[in-house]
This record gives sequence, structure tokens and C-alpha cells, in this order.
Amino acid sequence: MTRQQRFEIRIAGFGGQGVVTIGRILGTAFSVFGGKNSVNTQSYGPESRGGACRSEVVVSEGDINYPYVRNADVLIALSQVALDTYIGELKEGGILVFDPDAVTTLPPSGRFLRYAVPTVALAHETGDLKYQNVVALGALYALIRDRIEKASLMEALKQSVPPKTIDTNMAAFDKGKRYVQSHFLRET
Amino acid sequence: MSNNEILKPGVYYLQGAQACLEGAITAGCRVYAGYPITPATEIMEHAAHRLPRLGGRFIQMEDEISSASVLLGASWAGAKAMTATSSPGFSLMQEVISFAIMTETPLVIVDVQRPGPGQGYITTGQEDVMQARWGHHGEGSIIALSPASVQDMFEFTIEAFNLAERWRTPVLVMAEETVAHMRERLIVPAPGTIPIVNRTKPQDMGIAPEHYLPYGHAQVPPMATWGEGYNINHVSLVHHEDGNVTRYNPKVHFENVARIHRKIEDNVDTIARLETRELEGCRHVLICYGSVSRTGIEAVLEARAERGIPIGFIRLHTLWPFPERQLRDLLPDVGVVFVPEMNLGMMAHPIMEALRDRCRRVVSIPSLGSLHSPEMILARIYEELQ
Repeated sequence: MTRQQRFEIRIAGFGGQGVVTIGRILGTAFSVFGGKNSVNTQSYGPESRGGACRSEVVVSEGDINYPYVRNADVLIALSQVALDTYIGELKEGGILVFDPDAVTTLPPSGRFLRYAVPTVALAHETGDLKYQNVVALGALYALIRDRIEKASLMEALKQSVPPKTIDTNMAAFDKGKRYVQSHFLRET
Repeated sequence: MSNNEILKPGVYYLQGAQACLEGAITAGCRVYAGYPITPATEIMEHAAHRLPRLGGRFIQMEDEISSASVLLGASWAGAKAMTATSSPGFSLMQEVISFAIMTETPLVIVDVQRPGPGQGYITTGQEDVMQARWGHHGEGSIIALSPASVQDMFEFTIEAFNLAERWRTPVLVMAEETVAHMRERLIVPAPGTIPIVNRTKPQDMGIAPEHYLPYGHAQVPPMATWGEGYNINHVSLVHHEDGNVTRYNPKVHFENVARIHRKIEDNVDTIARLETRELEGCRHVLICYGSVSRTGIEAVLEARAERGIPIGFIRLHTLWPFPERQLRDLLPDVGVVFVPEMNLGMMAHPIMEALRDRCRRVVSIPSLGSLHSPEMILARIYEELQ
């Protein structure tokens, strides 16, 4: 049989930043609305000590056997600890999205594609820090648009958040997406 | 997901724990009694949320012994009932498992395994697979299933209820933290395509109340429900077919207990299932179960692709009764048998016994508290074969 390519996303930060929620949204978007297989896991036990939090989504057109990240294609780091812990498992040429207000010490450039996205500042623009995760999700979408439809993410988002927050969540998503497009992709 | 109906056909993205409880509901389970413990608590939380809205009963008990005991009474009253726990709680439930075997009571216990001994740790493990078979006191075989995905958590739980009802026996779902906590796509098929088995009652066999023997009539006796006019003696003492315990004799003892044991062991080929891949022309084989089979197949495919090693793959869906004859038929002559497990080598023993004259050697690949990485299994395969 032909073994299918895996696409591996890791999101890490502190508990309360919504890391687990956007992992679940991504998994739902890929598998329920995007027609692909995915496995979503989250930090647990010894890993979650000290407030650290991690969520993973492994995506493939084929079977996903080993359920955890082996060699991440994407790392979203919302804290310095998250970056320090997981940067070693980001593959060469992988995508690194980080918040420059939280992550100030970066490894030498060259190995990854780096995207500094001020998720906290952009979330504050929507009126509430709690939308930081969805800002990051929008930023990620702008970078992996060849892999997932926006409509799939929107459907998954709607299923996963309280109904009265859907509009603000969508606004936060667009802020993250537009920031990446205007700062890194020269699009609007 | 609507709260007050059975999960509709469709595509869902659920945790294994949720899929397990949804499978139970689909199978007809309407009673859940439990005591919370990491990493099984999500099943209980979901039961507390779902069952009362379906007209079922959810009861939090004071401990695991009483939780499992609730299932006895519920089952005798005609309900399908389950509990879920994790390894330390599973130890406490052994007394009730023994009682349920002897009284031939259908019920389902899910063990979301964590490592031991003692409190051990809260991560993942497969250290209760021998306890599943041998933890209860006394004779009597048991049925134990080993799910490896969210889809399995749904389907194997349905299967567990069907087997419990069909064979009038407790059935164990030996899950692990890995599979209970992960989220994956769950596809729920159309109604009517999922077979649901209900216990045979004496009414179904045309047996009148005055002629009913609660432990007679067949190798799997028909089971009467309380309140339907049949006299029932639920006894865990050695008993006659009519439930009488006063006239002890060794012959009755043997017939009573051997029948309970044999109703499972005589039907291994009907009950036990396994899955094979890449077995054609293989020289070596990797045998595993549960979430380790996800790493196992990954390692087998890599060993074949990268180094051309002729290694096949067998996954045990059923741990007990152990499918010895099926394994022997599949592997008439094999080189090295690799057995990765999240314990120090437990199922490696019945595998070794089954293949004692069929293989060169059995190599256990142990891991404690975490799922093997494919690299870990590959390293052992390469070390052994090159």
C-alpha cells in the first residue's frame, strides 16, 4: 500500500489561551468538513504541569496510525516555554507562528519560516484577550490555505464556540488572517 | 449532537470516551453507575449528561465495588448496564466480575487502563490485560476486547453489549488513556445496519414459568427478567440448574462451573476476532493490540518499505478468550514474533504458548506509561534481524 503524507500541527502555550480549543476546531474542520483524516490529542499528565499546554493535530488523506506528532510541519508558540520546549521538533522548512510579545528569544534564523503575529494585541482589538487563540487560527489559515477551506474552518468554529460569540470569533479569525496576508504574503 | 436521542447517522469528531458511551447508548444501555477516576472520568461525565435525558439512570456510587454491583441488579431487572473505571478501580471490581460470571449476568465494564502497580501514574498502559482474565477468583472464562481508535470505542462497546447478552456474561472493554482521550472522526452508520443483540428470555423459547430452570435448558441458559412471572434465584454459590444450593455434590459442581467456562471457550472462533495485514509471504510477524497496534502497523510498513524486511502484522481485537487456534492457523511457520505492549510482556506469554512449535522466538518490546514510538519498535526489529 502507498503510505500517505502526514501534515502535523502543534499548538502550545499556557492553559487558558485556548490551545486545546483551536486544536479541536482544526481537527473538526479537517475531518468533518474537509474530508480528511485527523487525530487530535492534547497535553496530559506530566506535560501539563506548570501551566504548560499543548494540542496536536495530525492530518492525512490516508490512515493515521501513530497518533502523535513525529516531525511537526507547524508550530504555533504562544509562550516562550512553548517555543523552547517544541522548537526542536519542528521540521526544517516548517512554519513557526509566534507572538513576539510573548516569545522574545528565538533560535537562529534560517531553518524555519517565521511569522511573528501579535496575537494578544490583535485579540485586544476585538475587545477581549480570550480571542487570542482564534487570531492565531486565522493566521495559520492564511499560511495553509492550500490544505483547508475557510468554509470548513468556519463551520467547525461555529460548532465549537458559544453562539453569541460567533461574530467576534469570526472577526478575530479575520484579524489574524489579514495580519499575515498584509505583513508576510503581500496580499490583502 | 442532540441531547435527548440516540446519536444519528453522520460524521462526528469525538473523544474516544464519548464515542464509547455513545456506543453503549446505541447498544441499548440505559443504566450507568460509576465512581470517577482519571483517565476514565470523561466516560462518566458524558453518561451523566446523556443518560437522564434518554430516560435512563445515572448513579454516582461511593466506590467501584458498589458501582459494579449496581450493574448486577440493573441487569437482573432487564436493563443493559455499564460502568467505566481505570486500573486501581478495576482491581476493586474483580469481586463483582467473579459474582457476575457465576450468576451469568450480562454487563459491561470499561477499563481505561493507566499504569500501575498501586496508584502508578495517570498516563497510558496495558498492564491490566492479565488481570482481565485472571483477576477474579475462581474458574470461568471472560470476554475482553481491545479498541484502538475512536471508531473502535464506539463499535467495540456495542459489540461488548452484544456479546454480554449473547453469552450471558460480563464483558470487558480494555481501553487505554491513549484511545479514550484522543479525538478522531466517528462515522455512525444508518439505523438497522448496526446489529443489536438482546438476551434470550425463557418466553422466547416457549418455556412456561413452572418449567423454567434459571441455569438450565441450554449451554447459555435463557435469562428471565424480574417481575415477569418466573422464579429466579441469582446465586453465586455452586448451584443446580434450578438454582438450588442445598444438595451439594462434586458432579453438580463440575457441571455447573465447567459449563460456565466452556460456553466461552467452546466458542472462541465465534467470539474472538483478529486483524491481519501484510501477512502474505511474511517471514516474521508483529503481534499487538489496542493503541500499540497503531504504532505497530506504522513500524511494520516502515520496516518493509525501508529495508525490505518480510514482516507481517496481526492485531488482536479480542484478548480473551485468546484466539490460539486462529493464530496457529495463520502462522504455520514463522521466524521472529515481535510483541510490543505497554507492559513488561504480558500477552507475549499466551502468544508464546500458542506458537511454541511454530516460531523461532518471541521478542517482547515493553514500554511503561507511554505509547511506543515507531522508531522504538523499528530499532528492536532491526537489532534482532540484522
